[in-house]
Amino acid sequence: MTALAARRRHPLATAILVMIGLIVTGVLYAAATSGKAAAAVSAADEIEAGKKLFLANCSTCHGLNAEGRRNAPSLVGVGAAAVDFQVGTGRMPMAATGPQAPKVSPVRYTQDEIKAMAAYVASLGPGPAIPSAEDVDPAKGDVAMGSLIFRTNCAMCHNFAGKGGALTRGKYAAGLEGVTPEHIYEAMVTGPQSMPVFTDQTISPENKRDIIAFLQSVEEAPAPGGLSLGSFGPVTEGLVAWLAGLGLLVGCAVWLGAKSS
Amino acid sequence: MTTTTTAKKAGSLANWTDERLGASKGVKFLARKIFPDHWSFMLGEVALYSFIILLLTGVFLSLFYIPSAGHTVYDGVYAPLVNQQVSEAYASTVGISFDVRGGLLMRQIHHWAALVFVAAMTVHMFRVFFTGAFRKPRELNWVIGCVLVLLGIVEGFLGYSLPDDLLSGTGIRIASSIILAIPVVGSYLSFFLFGGEFPGESFIPRIYTIHVLLLPAIFLALIGAHLVMLVIQKHTQYPGPGRTNTNVVGYPLFPVYTAKAGGFFFIVFGVITLLSALVTINPIWAYGGYDPSPVTAGSQPDWYMGFMDGAVRLMTGWGEFTAFGFTWSFNILIPALLIPGLMTIPLILYPWIEQWATGDRREHHLLDRPRNVPTRTALGAMGITFYILLWISGGNDIMATVLRLSINDITLTLRVLIFILPPVVYIVTKRICLGMQRKDRDKVLHGRETAVIVRTESGEYFEVHEPLDEYKRWNLVQHETHEPLAELPSEDANGVRRPGAGSGWKRRLSKFYFEQRVEPVTPAELAAAHHDHHGHEAIEATSAHH
Ligand code: HEC
Ligand code: HEC
Ligand code: HEM
Repeated sequence: MTALAARRRHPLATAILVMIGLIVTGVLYAAATSGKAAAAVSAADEIEAGKKLFLANCSTCHGLNAEGRRNAPSLVGVGAAAVDFQVGTGRMPMAATGPQAPKVSPVRYTQDEIKAMAAYVASLGPGPAIPSAEDVDPAKGDVAMGSLIFRTNCAMCHNFAGKGGALTRGKYAAGLEGVTPEHIYEAMVTGPQSMPVFTDQTISPENKRDIIAFLQSVEEAPAPGGLSLGSFGPVTEGLVAWLAGLGLLVGCAVWLGAKSS
Repeated sequence: MTTTTTAKKAGSLANWTDERLGASKGVKFLARKIFPDHWSFMLGEVALYSFIILLLTGVFLSLFYIPSAGHTVYDGVYAPLVNQQVSEAYASTVGISFDVRGGLLMRQIHHWAALVFVAAMTVHMFRVFFTGAFRKPRELNWVIGCVLVLLGIVEGFLGYSLPDDLLSGTGIRIASSIILAIPVVGSYLSFFLFGGEFPGESFIPRIYTIHVLLLPAIFLALIGAHLVMLVIQKHTQYPGPGRTNTNVVGYPLFPVYTAKAGGFFFIVFGVITLLSALVTINPIWAYGGYDPSPVTAGSQPDWYMGFMDGAVRLMTGWGEFTAFGFTWSFNILIPALLIPGLMTIPLILYPWIEQWATGDRREHHLLDRPRNVPTRTALGAMGITFYILLWISGGNDIMATVLRLSINDITLTLRVLIFILPPVVYIVTKRICLGMQRKDRDKVLHGRETAVIVRTESGEYFEVHEPLDEYKRWNLVQHETHEPLAELPSEDANGVRRPGAGSGWKRRLSKFYFEQRVEPVTPAELAAAHHDHHGHEAIEATSAHH
């Protein structure tokens, strides 16, 4: 102890300390970066895998570098969210030319393959990312707030209950039942086809989650008034009034009339 | 208590009333009133009973409904609305749905009954039209009926607007735009009705008064007049053996008809209640409260307003321009005001239009079989086709969504059909009627086809025709046809104008109505046909005009 204390002022002491410091730092750094390097390698692999899948499945339309062709848009900068939405809901690869890419089920790719293609497209340019589980957790959303925001921003295309509606020339805003929270979020941030993009400035991430909570509640809520007739509003109600209501009554009248004569 | 004492008590009570009110005469008159029986005569009853249901449920709703556009914060049991800024009218209607015991059922009965009410009036009107029940002396009752249908549409629209939800607010918005489209006075009128800018706070209380007080009172008065006239003029009946223009064959009002009508009231009530218990109507909680900025896809009015909405949807944007410092919105004015006007005025005046064409001023208590008045039937079918096309156009977006079609294609197709289909239906219906009349002639002259084929000894085949019995035959020969006025000489032998011969227009209309006709078989023709059993084709050919 005293020996060490005595050599404390030895000219080499500083150098040894610096050495120890450097070694420790180096070892720690190596330990840390070796993990990162592994991650970097696997991300590159994923992008590579995604690129392969893309070349095989998507490039005929979107071009070899996703730069776009005459009949399909460029995917540079659309972000991982767009791919996850388009492929995850079965819209891509587009099954048939028409006014709008139809949803095809079952979805043809595994979750990993979709994530790989998403990573590839995300690597081409910055764009909206796939939301975290927390971002889209309906339990954390406010249903009442969601209903208000949905009505103001979405109902004009998707109908008050998210049953969908017609747009021009055969295009349509899809029905929203059965859509996963991730896909609802991604639809808002990427604005597929005729749908506008709702940035975080227009609708904050919390409010997006409120909308998800509202849509979930619409699906789960029992219909207090009985059969909901597809929630199409007064047109179906009118048909039922004529066919079931008046039809039944005229049937009764005919029956009563027949009984008397 | 024994039966005899009860009867005595009842008898003395009746006596007591009779001595003071002299009611027995009226009761006797009404109780002995004869009503003919036919299912199509019960359509008006469906309308009447659904109106009664509307009155009963409407009173219930008015106990809880708050007619105010004042702002409030919803704090009821329906979670998706909690803390939202809504009107008191909306909050109270959601309250009726979820907080008042039986309230939702009452709302649904009230609304389904409203839809059935207008639908029943409509088909009742069709029955009256196609059977010619509007002819003298019943023209006034036809007019009352038309007014009732129109008021029913207005009453329904106002009721639909009361809850102040997103859909009904959108409807009022459209109504206000239509008012604004009226040239020159539109903006003033709109400000007058809304007490200022749309939507304002005056409109809800105002339409509430009209919906629960003014229009129901007018309804009661008009329905009362309608029924009193029915009793005074007696009910029409379908032609048949023993039924003439001067008698009524049927059952007395009491007890047979009262029992039947009472039973039918419960059937109507039952069917509407069943529908209301099983099927949602107007889920205003899902629409949310009214706010002028949002709209929902598939915004539609109730069915009875659908034709107007459809007309607006069919119209092109062409027609709006500014001149003399005003905006002229003919793109709205034509479909929303002109077309409904052009549809209702001829409808109301129809009894006189036809009277003009026939020159017939006699009373008619026997109904027409629709085939025997081909032009009227065809006109009616044409009108209904036009109406239904407008109605379909009102649902063009729902059709596009459900059938996965392009809304532009649907609208374009309907724009073409609205011009082509009604005349086609007119021609086809008229042909069918004339064909049916010819078939009737054939049946009378040659009997019913029995599908029994006989081979004679000489190897000839023919089908055995069985002659009709007298009762069936009567139904096929009792009617008369009108001749076009143009085919009658307009001047008599001395060159003096015959009264009733008519002007050029009148003659043209009459020709349009009656140029094509099939005369019923005359007794002489029938005798000839029986006489000359096999060579009958020749007779037929000479008697039918085409
Ligand atoms: C048959 C041609 C075709 C194929 C194959 C195809 N796409 Fe597309 N894609 C389109 C067209 C056309 C559009 C633009 C119209 C639309 O969105 O429907 C589009 C749009 C997209 C978009 C949305 C772009 C944006 O701006 O938000 C994404 C993301 C996308 N495709 C990804 C893919 C992926 C990933 C694949 C392969 C799995 C693929 N597509 C295969 C035709 C194709
Ligand atoms: C201008 C009309 C419009 C508005 C406003 C709009 N959308 Fe859309 N939305 C569309 C269209 C069109 C599609 C179909 C896109 C497609 O098929 O690729 C769509 C698709 C979607 C989908 C995917 C549905 C599915 O079946 O996969 C979701 C989720 C969605 N929208 C949610 C929303 C939400 C939430 C809002 C409001 C914040 C909204 N949309 C506002 C037009 C609209
Ligand atoms: C000709 C008859 C009538 C028609 C066609 C009619 C039609 C309607 C309609 C369509 C609604 C909307 C209901 C809804 O979906 O919530 C309504 C609401 C209402 N009606 Fe009527 N109605 C009639 C008579 C009456 C009468 C006689 C009263 C009262 C005495 C009345 C009181 C009300 C009230 C208070 C509401 C609003 C409450 C609510 O919407 O739940 N109605 N009416």
